[in-house]
Amino acid sequence: MKLKSVLCAATAVGLLAAANAQADTITIATVNNGDMIRMQGLTDDFTTKTGHKVEWVTLEENVLRQRVTTDITTKGGAFDIMTIGMYETPIWGKNGWLVPLNGLSEEYDVGDILPAMANGLSYDGTLYAAPFYGESSMIMYRTDLMKKAGMEMPDAPTWEFIRAAAKAMTDRDAEINGICLRGKAGWGEGGAFITAMSNSFGAQWFDMEWNATFDQEPWKKTLTFYKGMMDESGPPGYATNGFNENLSLFQQGKCGMWIDATVAASFVTNPKDSTVADKVGFALAPDTGLGKRSNWLWAWALAIPAGTQKTDAAKQFIEWATSKSYIELVAAKEGWANVPPGARTSLYENPNYKDIPFAKMTLDSILSADPNNSTVNESPYVGIQFAAIPEFAGIATEVSQEFSAAYAGQQSIDEALAKAQAITNDAMEAAGYR
Amino acid sequence: MARSVSTRRKALNTLIAWTIGLLIFFPILWTILTSFKTEAQAINDPPIFFFFDWTLENYAVVQERSDYMRFLWNSVIIAGGSTLLGILIAVPAAWSMAFVPSKRTKDILMWMLSTKMLPAVGVLYPIYLLFISLGLLDTRIGLMVVLMLINLPIIVWMLYTYFKEIPTEILEAARMDGATLKEEILYILTPMAIPGIASTILLNIILAWNEAFWTLNLTAAQAAPLTAFIASYSSPEGLFYAKLSAASTMAIAPILILGWFSQKQLVRGLTFGAVK
Amino acid sequence: MATQQSRTLARYMMAPAVILLLGWMLVPLTMTLFFSFKKYLPLRGDSLENGLEWVGFQNFVRFISSSAFWPSVSTTMIMVGGVLIITVVLGVFLAILLDQPLWGQGPLRILVIAPFFVMPTVTALVWKNMFLDPVNGLFAHLWKFFGLSPVEWLVDYSLGSIIMIVSWQWLPFATLILITAIQSLDSEQLEAAEMDGASAFHRFIHIVLPHLSRAITIVILIQTIFLLSIFAEIFVTTGGAFGTKTLTYLIFQRVIDSQNIGLGSAGGVYAIILANIVAIFLMRIVGKNLDR
Repeated sequence: MKLKSVLCAATAVGLLAAANAQADTITIATVNNGDMIRMQGLTDDFTTKTGHKVEWVTLEENVLRQRVTTDITTKGGAFDIMTIGMYETPIWGKNGWLVPLNGLSEEYDVGDILPAMANGLSYDGTLYAAPFYGESSMIMYRTDLMKKAGMEMPDAPTWEFIRAAAKAMTDRDAEINGICLRGKAGWGEGGAFITAMSNSFGAQWFDMEWNATFDQEPWKKTLTFYKGMMDESGPPGYATNGFNENLSLFQQGKCGMWIDATVAASFVTNPKDSTVADKVGFALAPDTGLGKRSNWLWAWALAIPAGTQKTDAAKQFIEWATSKSYIELVAAKEGWANVPPGARTSLYENPNYKDIPFAKMTLDSILSADPNNSTVNESPYVGIQFAAIPEFAGIATEVSQEFSAAYAGQQSIDEALAKAQAITNDAMEAAGYR
Repeated sequence: MARSVSTRRKALNTLIAWTIGLLIFFPILWTILTSFKTEAQAINDPPIFFFFDWTLENYAVVQERSDYMRFLWNSVIIAGGSTLLGILIAVPAAWSMAFVPSKRTKDILMWMLSTKMLPAVGVLYPIYLLFISLGLLDTRIGLMVVLMLINLPIIVWMLYTYFKEIPTEILEAARMDGATLKEEILYILTPMAIPGIASTILLNIILAWNEAFWTLNLTAAQAAPLTAFIASYSSPEGLFYAKLSAASTMAIAPILILGWFSQKQLVRGLTFGAVK
Repeated sequence: MATQQSRTLARYMMAPAVILLLGWMLVPLTMTLFFSFKKYLPLRGDSLENGLEWVGFQNFVRFISSSAFWPSVSTTMIMVGGVLIITVVLGVFLAILLDQPLWGQGPLRILVIAPFFVMPTVTALVWKNMFLDPVNGLFAHLWKFFGLSPVEWLVDYSLGSIIMIVSWQWLPFATLILITAIQSLDSEQLEAAEMDGASAFHRFIHIVLPHLSRAITIVILIQTIFLLSIFAEIFVTTGGAFGTKTLTYLIFQRVIDSQNIGLGSAGGVYAIILANIVAIFLMRIVGKNLDR
């Protein structure tokens, strides 16, 4: 094991650094995902290396977003590092609210960051946030149930196949639902899923004049297909299920297939939490043959708000948390399956990581996602499961509420789409696009 | 209106009342029970009530993840401090309203209550900006002041109604005997007002403890109370019922215990002048 | 009886509370009013330092003409009204029940008032996940036990579920106040009525209820103030979907999700107006009842 030497070297470097710099206490706002919780647990390693102390503010995703956005727009300065996503980074970077992440150390090897991630976290060629972990979405399915249904999952299935397979796997008496998908209102929940899915059906949010396009056929096809499939084979109450609810269901063995974030792969294959850990297979997110798949691209990244007094310490932390040696640190403590995925090229070249069953499919999914060219027809925006404009979060949350109501049967798909069209156009007009 | 009734009637009353009481309490009981289960047992079908392997593991996990004592301490200071501050300001106001009423007293009271109707989220930005410029962001003193202001109308009103119950004849008699204002307040008013003040304090602590909008939005690491502690558990990954239950139990236990010990005081005192 | 001196003194004693509350009301209110006439989109780079563009009543028009506005007003009314009815009716029932002679009155009261001590966020999380969840919730198990298919509470009965959760939270408060009131009821009067052959129902309508009317008014007043700003219970359970968007929640969406401070502030002004209409209405009743 080379862990020991890594740690020794790291400590030596750390001691030197600690001797030189003054010790600061930095405040970091982060989301309560497993990887971040793990990072918190390893903070001592950072403190011994640099002497800086860390105060954590860990919040649930929605609360975190609300909290950091309020703080950055008012220049509140409550945090020295914020955990933000691919949606916020370019918008905030453009407004000059973030410290550009240049001048990172040689050892950090910024070129090693997956290009897809680096692009999504940059504005105008400057990196504004370093990816802690990155994800796309893919199919996770139960190999045993698939076999029982007498079907075989191709590496790159179509939606038609998924629907048929879901139907075949469903066994209501045994409480097995063929497919679990997000339906929960919120732009980052069901909104993200349906947007990514709609791309593969040829739909898009805006046309080149920034008009909403919910009145057009592809959206109707997407929603009709989604609702039809979920009513046939989805779990009860799917209109309120988000990532966590579905993860829970899958871990309990109540889902045949689940299309969601690639990071979930390590949770569903972890025997400690999952009852189906050894029966999970992976495949690329489905398509309809139009040339776009329905997988998204996302990264949770660390950024430094402009105006903090502790830029140096914050930068040191970011270098620590998103470095290669951090990955090795986690691997040594928790095993390779639990390292933060999707951020660095070198991870996928590491022989230790190649044995991880979901490694290849994760990388393939990430590589097949292109935020700059996400829709079948030309679109004016960047982003796959979102459009990187400030108004999107608000609009998409409202629109996804209408969709959720349609999934629940409280209104028809046509009604939901008509409302979505009105909401979107109204908001875009208010923002001065049209 | 206690009356003598037959034992049978009493038994029936007891049965009905306890059934309803347990039903109302059940969600809390269930949360506490679940917090001692493993995650797998927490979602077991059919649900297990008592015969599971009791474990403290969830509490250990929660404690390892976040420093409970720190959140607890902030909650105690903020809830206690805001209450103390509120009482200090409200007692004189309520006193003068009750004993030297004017034509406008009632209007002032109603106006005070109406300030509570300002929707918090609508003024988030103004208050946030104000907090930044005053350097109050993420400070306990800032939160104390805000929570005090939020609850001040309720405190004033409660105290006002208690003070009004105090017969003015006693005060006048004391004045006749040459008692000074200070003596009047210290030796006559205070003893009679103490029960009312006590239940006001209790209610206010509960309200301040449970306030979740400002305490979440105006804090970061330093002043975050238990409401922020809970916000980091609201949807962790995977199976989380047991851990959520443990965190919830930890968050509500202190105030629940306080409430239980002071139950008599609360039942006697929460009148808002409604008794007559 | 009050001398000029004591009047002056009284004014001084009232001053801190009045001035503080005046400040607490005026400063945010002024800023909200100011913002509501401005175009303030922080994510588009608008900020106070750079100056904000004056847009007249545009925000007000936009907020009220949005398709979500009127439904949100009616949702608010239904939610507040529903919770009030449930808590008052059940509260009166519970108060009478708990006042009857029975064994273990003390511990029982503790059980009944306990929900009031639970944080709204915790309440919402516990109900959503451990009771109402259609797969793992306790209600789902209960339904399955009786051979029924589980109900999707937060979807099919979304508003009802939230009303139930909030009622559970506020029932203890109503009960507490009503118990205190009922304890002061003159038992001789009741006994006399009983002697005269008045039925239990008759006694309730003509003696108990009038006696409680003051307490009920108080319950309604205090609860309305708190219920108008219900937030956590919606945020955690439905996120405003399925017809549970109240006015407060709509403002939250405009301010936080859309980051449109001007529009949100205009919404805030509407909310204040609505609250004051409700307040004036309530105060009329309360004022009358309090003066009795």
